[in-house]
Amino acid sequence: MDTTLLVTQVLNGLQLGLLLFLVASGLTLVFGILDFVNLAHGSLYMLGAFICASLTFATGNYLIAILISLPLIGLAGYLVERFVARHLYERDHLDHVLGTFGLILVIDTLVHIFWGPQGIAIPLPQWLDGQVMLPGGIEVPTFRLLIIGTGLAAAGGLFWVVNMTRLGMLIRAGASNRTMVGALGIDIQALFALVFALGAVLAGLAGMLIAPITEASIGMGNNIIITAFVVIIVGGIGSVKGAFISALLIGLIDTLGRSFLDDVFKLVMSSDAAETSAPAVSAMLIYIIMAVVLAIRPQGLFPPKVR
Amino acid sequence: MIKKLVASLALATMIASPAVAGTVKIGFVTTLTTPAAVIGKDMENAVNLAMEHLGGKAGETDLEVIFGDDGFAPDTGKQATDKLVKQDNVDFVAGYIWSHVLLASRKSALDAGKFLISANAGPSQMAGPLCDENFFSTSWQNDQTPMAMGEVLNKQGVKSLYVMAPNYAAGKDMVAGLERTFKGEIVGKDLTKWGADAQLDFSAELAKAKASGAQGIFVFYPGAAAGAFIKQYDQAGLKDTLPLYSVFTVDGISLPKLQAAKFNAVLGSKITQEWDPSLDNAANKKFVSDFKAKYGSYPSFYAAQSYDAIMLIASAVKATGGNMEDKAAVRAALKAANYDSVRGKYTYGNNNMPIQNFYLREVVADADGNWTTKVVETVFTDAVDPMAAECPMK
Amino acid sequence: MTGFGKPGLPVVVVVALLAVLPTWFHFNGDAFYLDLATRLVILGIAAVSLNLILGYGGLVSFGHAAYLGIGAYCVGIPAHHALYGGLDAIATNSGWFQIPLAVAVSALFALVTGAICLRTKGVHFIMITMAFAQMVYYFFVSIDEYGADDGLVIDTRSELGLIDFDNPLQLYFFCLGSLVVAMALVHMIVNSRFGMVLQGAKGNNDRMVSLGYNTYLYRLVAYVISGAMCGFAGALLGNFTTFISPEMMDWSHSGELMFMVILGGASTAVGPILGSAAFIIIEEVLSRFTIYWHLPFGLMLLAVVLFARGGFSGIIDRLRGRKLLPGEG
Repeated sequence: MDTTLLVTQVLNGLQLGLLLFLVASGLTLVFGILDFVNLAHGSLYMLGAFICASLTFATGNYLIAILISLPLIGLAGYLVERFVARHLYERDHLDHVLGTFGLILVIDTLVHIFWGPQGIAIPLPQWLDGQVMLPGGIEVPTFRLLIIGTGLAAAGGLFWVVNMTRLGMLIRAGASNRTMVGALGIDIQALFALVFALGAVLAGLAGMLIAPITEASIGMGNNIIITAFVVIIVGGIGSVKGAFISALLIGLIDTLGRSFLDDVFKLVMSSDAAETSAPAVSAMLIYIIMAVVLAIRPQGLFPPKVR
Repeated sequence: MIKKLVASLALATMIASPAVAGTVKIGFVTTLTTPAAVIGKDMENAVNLAMEHLGGKAGETDLEVIFGDDGFAPDTGKQATDKLVKQDNVDFVAGYIWSHVLLASRKSALDAGKFLISANAGPSQMAGPLCDENFFSTSWQNDQTPMAMGEVLNKQGVKSLYVMAPNYAAGKDMVAGLERTFKGEIVGKDLTKWGADAQLDFSAELAKAKASGAQGIFVFYPGAAAGAFIKQYDQAGLKDTLPLYSVFTVDGISLPKLQAAKFNAVLGSKITQEWDPSLDNAANKKFVSDFKAKYGSYPSFYAAQSYDAIMLIASAVKATGGNMEDKAAVRAALKAANYDSVRGKYTYGNNNMPIQNFYLREVVADADGNWTTKVVETVFTDAVDPMAAECPMK
Repeated sequence: MTGFGKPGLPVVVVVALLAVLPTWFHFNGDAFYLDLATRLVILGIAAVSLNLILGYGGLVSFGHAAYLGIGAYCVGIPAHHALYGGLDAIATNSGWFQIPLAVAVSALFALVTGAICLRTKGVHFIMITMAFAQMVYYFFVSIDEYGADDGLVIDTRSELGLIDFDNPLQLYFFCLGSLVVAMALVHMIVNSRFGMVLQGAKGNNDRMVSLGYNTYLYRLVAYVISGAMCGFAGALLGNFTTFISPEMMDWSHSGELMFMVILGGASTAVGPILGSAAFIIIEEVLSRFTIYWHLPFGLMLLAVVLFARGGFSGIIDRLRGRKLLPGEG
């Protein structure tokens, strides 16, 4: 096997994994602390992409657009919390799933009405649009390196917040014992809203980062949300560290599966059959992993310590 | 609650008014939701323009168009077709962007004795073993456009290609079509996930294409995926090492978006097609200028074929004086293709697919600076599609 | 809840309406409404099957659309081979083979996955059932022979001798009859000792376990029955649409099935039918007016979850001055 290709694909897998992490980390926090299943988390990812696309055209600069979009998407997250999620915390997971499923339909259609059915391509500044030569003669698009860098920085920032700050202490406490935090006299309502908004910002950021590659498009959130759920369940609900490791794992499996599985399959079946089945089987792989993890270790690979 | 159910059923019945005498109904199935609706919108615009040009009439008969949404999924498309056939009782079912949607819907229309007119999808099966006397196309058979591209590649001396297409009926046909004429070697092939949850990040595939050492890359990414693909192709810096040859990817729909995002890489790229906005005939000039005036952009080939579909139907309705009972007469009138097609005159082969020219087109900027295409040369003249021989109709 | 042998008034009314209305439409030349009713009844069977485990068992399966798909493919694949050759062992158009096959394969799938899924609980259960459904989805996407993503056209409907599925009215009444049987079956199960244990485990599993019941086994059996019943609905769906694609097993369709059960009122006999009827009619009426029909639909879904617990049955019960059942609505 070609080493250059392998390294390139590992980088691609890393990029996908980090994007997944950005979506999954918010999801796992909301899930872990609020015990709330938010299917509409992917809609915030999509909304981030569309808001950023519009602002890029309005301001003429992608990076400025991101900076303005981040608080806006945080606000959107807060609104979702205030008007929908908050009223469902006391219900069971079934109601969460159905309510946020309805929310997906609402947000998707609103985006269709406001932005039209076509996706929006985001132009990148010149210096981001080229390629970088890495040691070893590996040429990668600059922007994909930026995604990897931003993803790692966001992950680092989140670890710092969760592990080093007072807010993080409350978040961790909330994930392992919700009643106790309330008993300590913390304003649970505000903490929940904050966590929700933080999750929205992270998901929105992921949407903003992927949009210059795939365009902002309706339904983009629905594709990633299910994968993000797989990530947090494999990683252990409520665990940021678990989400990080399992996001990278799943990103790598998906990318490497897509790149090399068809060649493996061609050894045992016709070329056309291999081309059809390889992508599907690599997509299936992540669900198989999740089922295996759940069957053997239902609490996930890295559950939060105290429960 | 139950009263409400009855009320809404009754209400629904009233809305579905019975066919008015002297009106011929055309059901038009296309994609109106999901990102692929951008194509459906273009087709809808063209259909409305055609109706405007016709004054809503074919001869003395009123025409009525009812749109159906396929939701970019074969089962939804089939349901939309069933509804048009059974509830609206249309005389013609037209439209269809996607080959898999058309394949799924075909029985619903044909078994009910309706005329089925494809304005885009041209699955090889329906030109070959599944051809039908009541099925006509105003587009092409899927294999043909990539066959023309294969011919162009041979002329340019391209010896090896990497191939990428979405994994559905048309994607497979496109690759098969290319393989029919392309004499070089196909060094690698990727069929990617399609549909509402289509794969749009092609990083892994592009990395493979680059590593394959091919002299060029051939792709088929219609609709919304086109912009995403070209963007990533550009960002990966493959323009010089891996020239792009595409079919149905760069079109009137993707070009304005690519221009807005300043993808200059696409200027000068070559594509093959049976139609072009610059084709020199009266019908086309009127169509293109009125379309631009009304909707503010160049029509895509989807629009051109949809416009033709309505015009073809109108010509048949006019020829038979609006008598839809005489199926044989309608069929003969359709087969005559006696109307001014925007692609110029064409005829129908034994399998009711057009026998027509295919052109090589180039992406250029027009006098106003808007990106469009122009014809470079004619690749095939009066081409018969390769599946015609497998159609039992003679 | 009414005792066995004494179906509640809502059930009788709904079934009577389902028998009369579509027939009337059919003979008044509105073939489309019979189609709509057929879809409604088939999805109704699926919803009834889901209600057994979701409503009465408290097991939130987020992957029930997979059984519809499995059932339909069990009709489509033998028919495909009967027409195009290959796999002689299963190549047939006989409904006496296809429909039992659909039930058996679905039951087997439910047994294997249920044995694993039921080891988990809460949201893990929701997600693992979804994961298995996604596996089935991608499994069929990966098989080129059966059309992969393009789906499979079912050229010949199941042949059953006396009943002709090509006749829409006969197909409809077969489906309606099946629905009545399915409802009776669920009614019987729920009111049996088995059903009491199932519902007891929903309310308080630990208590049932300490009473000496192996609730895991009870749930597994219910899960298998539900899967088999939904697979049967899938076989009918395949015969009705004469087309099957992996798309029909997408997680959003599993979500719709759940929605039908909740909308109508979980753990009630008539709820799933009301839910599927409301779903089909709302979809039909809204999509007639606007391509943006998902917006009012989504808002309605939200409203039902936020404000109307117990769904339509809950509303009916409240109107009739009855007290709502405790537990999940």
